[in-house]
Amino acid sequence: MFENVWLIPLFPLIGFLINGFFGKKIKNEAVIGGIGTLMIFLSFLVSCGVLMQLIGLPAEQRVFEKVVFPWIHCGNFKADMAFLIDPLSAVMIMVVTGVGSLIHLYSIGYMHGEEGFYRFFAYLNLFCMSMLLLVLGSNMLVMFIGWEGVGLCSYLLIGYYFEKKSAGDAAKKAFVMNRVGDFGFLIGLFTLYWWFGSNHNIWTINFVEIKAASHLLPYGGVVTIATLCFFLGATGKSAQLPLYTWLPDAMEGPTPVSALIHAATMVTAGVYMIGRMSFVFIKSPETMMVVAVVGACTAIFAATIGTAQNDIKRVLAYSTVSQLGFMFLAMGVGAFGAGIFHLMTHAFFKACLFLGSGSVIHAMHHALHHGHLHDDAQDMRNMGGLKKYMPITFLTFLVSTIAIAGIPGFSGFFSKDEILWQAFANPYHGGLNIVLWGIGCIAAMFTAFYMFRLVFMTFFGECRINPKVKDHLHESPLVITIPLMVLGFLAVVGGYIGMPKLMGMLPNYFEHWLDPVFELANEYGKEYAHVGHHTHALEWGLMGLSVVIAVIGITIAFTMYMANNKLPEKFTSTFPALHRAVYNKWYMDELYDFLFVNPCKGFGNLLWKGFDVVVVDGIVNGVGKIFMGLSAGIRGLQTGYTHNYALGMTLGAVVIVALYIFR
Amino acid sequence: MDMLQFPANIAAAAGVNFAAIMPEVILSVIAMALLLVNVFINSEQKAYLGYLSLIGIVVTFFSVVSGWGAPQSGFNNSVLQDNFSLFFKGTFLVSAFLTILITDQYLKREECNWGEIYPLILFATVGMMLMASGTDLMTIFLGLEVLSVSLYVLAGFNRANLKSNEAGLKYFLLGAFSTGFLLYGMALIYGSTGTTRVAAIASYISQNGMVLSNPMLVAGMLLMAVGFSFKIAAAPFHMWTPDVYEGAPTPMTAFMSVGPKAAGFAAFLRVFIVALPAMKADWSELLWVLAVLTMTVGNITALKQTNIKRMLAYSSIAHAGYVLVGFTAGNAVGTAGVLFYMLSYAFMNIGAFAIIVLVGRKGEENNNVSDYAGFGFKHPVLGMCMSIFLFSLAGIPPAAGFIGKFYLFSGAIQAGYVWLAIIGVLNSAASVYYYLRVMVFMYMKDPTEEFDWLAVSPSLALCLLLSVAGVLIPGIVPGTLLDLAQKAILM
Repeated sequence: MFENVWLIPLFPLIGFLINGFFGKKIKNEAVIGGIGTLMIFLSFLVSCGVLMQLIGLPAEQRVFEKVVFPWIHCGNFKADMAFLIDPLSAVMIMVVTGVGSLIHLYSIGYMHGEEGFYRFFAYLNLFCMSMLLLVLGSNMLVMFIGWEGVGLCSYLLIGYYFEKKSAGDAAKKAFVMNRVGDFGFLIGLFTLYWWFGSNHNIWTINFVEIKAASHLLPYGGVVTIATLCFFLGATGKSAQLPLYTWLPDAMEGPTPVSALIHAATMVTAGVYMIGRMSFVFIKSPETMMVVAVVGACTAIFAATIGTAQNDIKRVLAYSTVSQLGFMFLAMGVGAFGAGIFHLMTHAFFKACLFLGSGSVIHAMHHALHHGHLHDDAQDMRNMGGLKKYMPITFLTFLVSTIAIAGIPGFSGFFSKDEILWQAFANPYHGGLNIVLWGIGCIAAMFTAFYMFRLVFMTFFGECRINPKVKDHLHESPLVITIPLMVLGFLAVVGGYIGMPKLMGMLPNYFEHWLDPVFELANEYGKEYAHVGHHTHALEWGLMGLSVVIAVIGITIAFTMYMANNKLPEKFTSTFPALHRAVYNKWYMDELYDFLFVNPCKGFGNLLWKGFDVVVVDGIVNGVGKIFMGLSAGIRGLQTGYTHNYALGMTLGAVVIVALYIFR
Repeated sequence: MDMLQFPANIAAAAGVNFAAIMPEVILSVIAMALLLVNVFINSEQKAYLGYLSLIGIVVTFFSVVSGWGAPQSGFNNSVLQDNFSLFFKGTFLVSAFLTILITDQYLKREECNWGEIYPLILFATVGMMLMASGTDLMTIFLGLEVLSVSLYVLAGFNRANLKSNEAGLKYFLLGAFSTGFLLYGMALIYGSTGTTRVAAIASYISQNGMVLSNPMLVAGMLLMAVGFSFKIAAAPFHMWTPDVYEGAPTPMTAFMSVGPKAAGFAAFLRVFIVALPAMKADWSELLWVLAVLTMTVGNITALKQTNIKRMLAYSSIAHAGYVLVGFTAGNAVGTAGVLFYMLSYAFMNIGAFAIIVLVGRKGEENNNVSDYAGFGFKHPVLGMCMSIFLFSLAGIPPAAGFIGKFYLFSGAIQAGYVWLAIIGVLNSAASVYYYLRVMVFMYMKDPTEEFDWLAVSPSLALCLLLSVAGVLIPGIVPGTLLDLAQKAILM
């Protein structure tokens, strides 16, 4: 199977080409959607084969590089179109193709009747191809193609309803913010390439080669610069502070896009990238600290905003930002395995939540459409009591909500608890660890609160939709609910492959699986930090504490939105300023406009009207005129007379020979 | 660096060895057979000659491919079919193939549907192939003459058209003149070293170092450089190019701007790198100046051109200048860049000329840049093809032209010719003006008159398809082709 790994990104590419070029002519939605889904499903099958073969190998042999074709060879520089298979990329391809297949299937139902149905599937396939390139690339350049490709697809899909101005703006915002991050990625790449080349004559961008040479890297110094640049790239792609504001706006895209790109896969690229280069990141204690602090801050910051949003998708968007913060917290405290584990479980339950919200929106939209009402189909204030109408959606949604809230027995508990425990126990950041752990705990409480607030507002209580159209509310079709059920199932059981050792029922398969990838990083980490000994009692205690925290969050949500409906209003009127600030996302967009956007516009205008029009245009036009004059002059030499040409040649020859002979 | 040296394991070093000239033999036989067939068919059926010659080219191409990696020498070391010559032979065959694909439609339009054109193209190709595999100055000269004589006829092929006549005659006169320089240079080299075998010249010079200060040898080198410069249309020996390219039948212009230029470079490279490595300091200095002059004159003069054939003539002068940059560098990257560039240039330039054939009307009308107004909207697919070719000529990724220039210029930088690379890049930037001007007309101006319905013959469509593929594939995945080019120069 390893030899055929190139099929994995190839299938979606074929799907993209077919639907992109011929989709308009095919017209038949079943064929278009079928092709799109089949292609990614084929990739999934190949990925399964790769995984099986990988499992069959002894742990230390689980690295394989497949060169598909030589790409750029120039002097010292060498970049092949090559794929790297190891436990980490295997996890990623399984998530991307597995969740991707389900979301493709779901989209057939969700996008039914949309104009540009083929365009949607073409983009979705193109996205999958890029994402697979990103996670499979065996050198930084291939990874970067994927990195840019997913950004492009994200732009195209956020702006899918491009006739809406808000969608176009959101797409632009996402693209620009990603570009800021990409710039960092490139600088990091160049720094690393240049440092290895000029100091050790190792000119490489290949991950395996960099890993082999990573012992040459110093602690801190240039590594800090390079990794901070890479991390800037990660904050852009994974929506972390300060580059997170694009993700909530990205909800302008169709819901399956939010589920696939802006929850389950693309936004985790930053986490994956740090995991892929863990052996470089860990060499800089400063960067690790920055990663952990940014992650923790994003986790709590986004969680607070999530508590006050009324748009169902926006709550989930802030939740995603917050959960990504948890993953970065894990990476920053050296718990790479736990971070990737949370990436995977998050992909399951967050995709399920988004698709569930899509199912709700679908039903709401359908009902409102019937009554010719223009109420907002995404506003939770218009919902309520939906569990009666949509039992499957409700159940899967509830299960995933329990998972994200961190209730024992569900997948999110295992991964989140692992992160919090390692934040507490891993000694990389001295006294800061306890602070990071504390922030993480509070963020976890907020998570439980806003998620159950969402569930209570949407599915419980009385139905607030216009009574006229109540009868038109009904469960979504099977093509939508089947993916929900599969993902809901995974959201429950997906965590058991990574159960903490402490619980002793199952070994922590997941961590063992990733051990060969992160072994080296852990080794390097020991250079400046020693893992202390913690008693089991402490671990049990903390675990219990995080359960208590989750229950507190749920209880508050229950009290406010189920038991006593007046409480939220009372809260709002008691702390109006606080509520306004949270509701308006702490005014971050306005702050960015003030700090960056407006000054940039002003400076741009200044350059345009002052410098560009007068100086640049003047020089350019002047040079142009000179050359046009020269051109006319040389043209004059071209008389058309053969004897003139012969004379020219003779003169040329004579001058050349004379210069050489008589010098 | 042991580029282009005689490989140690050559089969049958001496005596007659037909394996060493198998592609030439096959193609000559087919060309002669075509001449015979031509007598027996009427003018409606001349297109069959084209199909037959296409088959002949494909067969020859297989013979070229099968020779890869197994160098053959023969005829007392006067011919060497190594990877270097095979790569160039491939390039010639590609350009002949593409040219023939666009010839038929042109001949019918201009009502000069005479069958001789196909054998002539094949004979010219045989000449080019001999130039590429010649390892004796005389073989190279023989190839050059076979090529030139065919080309003189091809340039004046449209004998009812005055401009074509003028082109043929001018090319003949100036070509004969330049041949004089080349032959004189060869004679002087022979006089000072006593041999015409390129490898023997090198070993004579390395054993008798004082011959380097002999003016006769230096003058021989310089005059050969002048002769080759004429063939590749390097300034200041380029003045024939615009007149000939403008007047010659459009498909022949396409052919001349690609194949013979590549052949000139093949012989130029072989003679200077294999025979005269001891004088590299001298000749690279000269090539430096020629490269700068050629690029600059070509690009600057192209800016003002209104006739698109003439514009592409100056553009082809400029491209010879870029290739000279890689030659001047003389290192592995630069030389491989030359090979890579000549092949990709064949695709992009013939592709562009295919569009010119399409847009042109009887009597070589409709060849002005302004005639392309609105073309891109009227014929979106053809417009897109033309844009791809123009982007590639301008050196904009992801076209092959970009990658080719990248290797040429990075070769120069690695060899320490930083200024040469800078001048090259500036020139390339200036060239964007006149390439994009065509696109401005194609997409941003309204047509002044209605376009005729363009009949795209299947063979011309095939040519466009192959050209687009030949521009885009090496542009996006250059690794494989570059690998071949590198294998071609390193034994």
